[in-house]
Amino acid sequence: MMHDPADPRLLEAIASATEQALFTAETRLPEDVKEVISRARARETNPVALREFGTIWENMMIAERARVPLCQDTGVPVLYITIPPDIPLTEGLYKALAEGVRRATYNVPLRPNVVDPLTRKNRGDNVGNGMPAVHVRPGDHLRITVLPKGAGAENTSRIVMLLPSEKEKIPEVVAETVCLAGGRPCPPVVLGVGIGGTFDLAAALAKEALLLPIDSMDPYEQHICDRVNILGIGPMGLGGDTTALAVKVQQADCHTASLPVAVNVQCWAHRRATVEVEIPW
Amino acid sequence: MVDLRTPLGSEVLDLHAGDLVALSGRIYTARDEAHLRMLEEGIPFNPHGAAVYHCGPIVEGTRIVAAGPTTSARMNRLTEFLLDAGVRALIGKGGMSPEVVEQLRGRGVYLAFTGGCAALAAARMRYAGIYFEDLGMAEAIWAFELDRLPLTVGIDAHGGDLFGEVLARARMKCQGLW
Repeated sequence: MMHDPADPRLLEAIASATEQALFTAETRLPEDVKEVISRARARETNPVALREFGTIWENMMIAERARVPLCQDTGVPVLYITIPPDIPLTEGLYKALAEGVRRATYNVPLRPNVVDPLTRKNRGDNVGNGMPAVHVRPGDHLRITVLPKGAGAENTSRIVMLLPSEKEKIPEVVAETVCLAGGRPCPPVVLGVGIGGTFDLAAALAKEALLLPIDSMDPYEQHICDRVNILGIGPMGLGGDTTALAVKVQQADCHTASLPVAVNVQCWAHRRATVEVEIPW
Repeated sequence: MVDLRTPLGSEVLDLHAGDLVALSGRIYTARDEAHLRMLEEGIPFNPHGAAVYHCGPIVEGTRIVAAGPTTSARMNRLTEFLLDAGVRALIGKGGMSPEVVEQLRGRGVYLAFTGGCAALAAARMRYAGIYFEDLGMAEAIWAFELDRLPLTVGIDAHGGDLFGEVLARARMKCQGLW
């Protein structure tokens, strides 16, 4: 049976779960991210980089204990939702997600980052035209995953339309992206790489790749990651052994004449959290 | 580790890129909009020996919630007047342009604070005032009192630029990889 899409109890549960997911993401790094930071710190040989890792670790502990955001750039809200067959996808559901973002902005609190792209007017609640960015997939449960995305790293992301004969260039495109970025994206970075699809799909895949656990890489991801780490940019661009904590790849089939490659750069504060919505009946 | 306290004097000239320092005393936040306003209306604090922090914090009342550094390169072309007025230290992340490296020569330093470490920064600061409040939370100038904030000398007063050196090596490796 389809549930009533306008049921206020459902909309309240969605808003509340969105707020909770944002609170968790902003104040507490996921275990897989902590694990890779910890491993990188243990491997580091550069004294300046070791100090940076020490500061990063202490900051993480303080944010968790004090329940405050890790970083003042609390990002823009990017949401991934799975909805089960008995929950209809309605305008109300989108409004409930936006309400959750608004509440998190006041209560966590988050910095109001969302502005009109041309007038730069800020409504103050991180909600607006196309924001939050919402991606919906069918699933078994109503689940909300948040990936608040800061600007420093997002601004260094890149998409390249390679020729079909240039697949060997993919690691080069990724390393070049990191090289152009230098210290700006707050390395050590996590790199989401989207390969294939179309111009827009490659970018979406690159961002979705950031949702995958980063404490393991397949041989191809590891190969790209090793290439990036040869650069020696290190934490904050001050030099060091770890420039990328992990590389994750997502791919889709593409036109026989195309090879789109997108690199979505993420800072070390790789914030994400998932909350399952308790259906209130 | 070198302990520094504002107002800063010629002691900053002895620092070298890569040195680790702990900074205490009064600092002033400023991002893009605050720089533009200062260029028009003047500097609202005493710039002599001052430290300017590239930061748009989250503050609730007078409680500093999060106050990590923003990307300093956005202020590359808006910085010289501050150094001319006597500012001795710029604090931020990511480093600054070769022009700023030259402007710092014989005058001051650029101190790197770890990006994303806003909770740690907030724990080492207390509120001490606000200027240009109408610019909004992120863009206003906040005065903060620091207690030993851990920083790395990114650019020294002798043309030494750790970011520039690291990036130049990275670019050479990037070209040599294929």
